[in-house]
Amino acid sequence: MITQKDVKYIASLSRINLKEQEVGRLTKNLEAILHYIEKLKKVDVSQVQPTSHVFPLNNVFREDVVQPSLHQDKAIKISQNHHQGSFKVPKVIE
Amino acid sequence: MTSSIGQKFETVIGLEVHLQLNTKTKIFCGCANLFGAEPNSLTCPVCLGLPGTLPVLNKAALLSAIKVALALNCSVNPRVKFDRKNYYYPDLPKGYQISQYDLPIAEHGFVMIPVPEGTKKINVKRAHLEEDAGKLVHDMVAHSSLVDYNRTGTPLIEIVTEPDLRSSQEAYDYLNILKLTLQYLNVSDCDMEKGSLRCDANISLREKGSTQLGTKTELKNLNSFRAVKASLEFEVHRQEQLLLAGERIVQETRLWNDEKQMTLSMRSKEEAHDYRYFPEPDLVPFTIDQATIEKVRESLPELPAAKFDRLRKQYQLSDYDAGIIIQDQTIADFFEKCTQHSQEIKKICNWIIGPLLQEINSRKTGLAELSLKPQDLTTLIQRVEEGVLSNLSAKEVFALMVETGQTPDAIIKDKGLAQVSDDSALEGIVQSVIGENQSVVEQIKQGKDSAIGFLVGQAMKKSQGKGNPKKFGELIKRRLQDG
Ligand SMILES: [Zn+2]
Repeated sequence: MITQKDVKYIASLSRINLKEQEVGRLTKNLEAILHYIEKLKKVDVSQVQPTSHVFPLNNVFREDVVQPSLHQDKAIKISQNHHQGSFKVPKVIE
Repeated sequence: MTSSIGQKFETVIGLEVHLQLNTKTKIFCGCANLFGAEPNSLTCPVCLGLPGTLPVLNKAALLSAIKVALALNCSVNPRVKFDRKNYYYPDLPKGYQISQYDLPIAEHGFVMIPVPEGTKKINVKRAHLEEDAGKLVHDMVAHSSLVDYNRTGTPLIEIVTEPDLRSSQEAYDYLNILKLTLQYLNVSDCDMEKGSLRCDANISLREKGSTQLGTKTELKNLNSFRAVKASLEFEVHRQEQLLLAGERIVQETRLWNDEKQMTLSMRSKEEAHDYRYFPEPDLVPFTIDQATIEKVRESLPELPAAKFDRLRKQYQLSDYDAGIIIQDQTIADFFEKCTQHSQEIKKICNWIIGPLLQEINSRKTGLAELSLKPQDLTTLIQRVEEGVLSNLSAKEVFALMVETGQTPDAIIKDKGLAQVSDDSALEGIVQSVIGENQSVVEQIKQGKDSAIGFLVGQAMKKSQGKGNPKKFGELIKRRLQDG
């Protein structure tokens, strides 16, 4: 069972502002998804290797070789708010 | 350390250490892994978390992590994967940190620490790889925090102990041994001031005899091992007072304040911990085969604990001497090289622990930066043995050896520091010392032999330390008998 309170909590963790009617709709949607997951949980997977990735790939590495980085001015330009080469955000500590 | 806690409660501490690995590049992109660059000058679309980019694991970071795992006696998992730890904070551009949840690199290790009864095993629960976050500065601009993403994506290994530590002293000892071991591995500069080694502590109290854990607090902002120790001592006392007053401990994060020497509840806009881990879809899983593990194992250096035991046995060093020598791998190597040139093991050890470490500390440098050769130190020791140098002059020669990199013999010759043993050169000095100290001479004539030492001392002074004291003694006696 998922409640409207759960949906609001998850939305707040993800910094998503939901309207009241959206909360109602999403609660129903998520409920249906969880119901389906419950169904999946009943499948016997004792003989199946756990899958954490859909591609049958392993061990994709990069060698430890330096590549050029972005220039500072180019990097900080992706935000409107910056100050002397640093990104500027609302203060996060009181 | 004695404390009032002795009677009723037992302290339970677990430590989390974050270690920045010294790979050339970051963990998932090719940006240089460097400290101290201009803010946001070491970033790219991957470590800035721009849409459409993909992380790729740095092989060197994985190998370093395996090295750490083996040195901490962990078992390395044959199959590892990465997971997303989700939280919003401006130091994290993607809104999640790539970390490891249920399949970390390593589990079930241990570190041995010294305790009054001998040694104690501190279990290492796990060690996993993750990416570091960016750096926040809060006090530069009003109502704003500034973010530097250079540190974002620096490879970190997090080493978590079981709650096995029972005092602040044990925590302190564990950290020192862990740091030394990590330094030997050469996988990090382990510099707390630069933040390449960071420590958080979990601490709770429980009634003696209880097997259940009490409510813990998490201590952060521990900028030195001394701060770890002091914060734990403060927290033991604080929690004890609360419990004795019948109050409850609040599970929370507390920040150590070095000026006030106390922990303070952290009030920030950080959410309660609810990280909603899930497998990182942008990275494939990794298998670590036995051959790779064995290859890394073969590359491990002799670790501090093993070196300590061997130096004690092989050279009959005291626990104290061996304990100091192993604090620096290059010093230990230097010591052993010296022993290949000389049998005077105790003297070599004393020169290293005394004058050599003094030179290194006062210059704030490492042995490698001094151009001192093992053979030059053993030659110096030999010249003292032969009576060519007094102990005093030897120290002077040593300082010049360190300064200039010249051989002791070259310095002795250059500065004319060889002890003078030639009778004719010393006779004049003896004659004037006797002339100036008639009352002492009288005492000696009346049988007070011990006063001869005083005259030898005066003669040494006059020769500016260059006379051979033994020779002076002989000459003074002969003269007094004759006269
Ligand atoms: Zn990058």
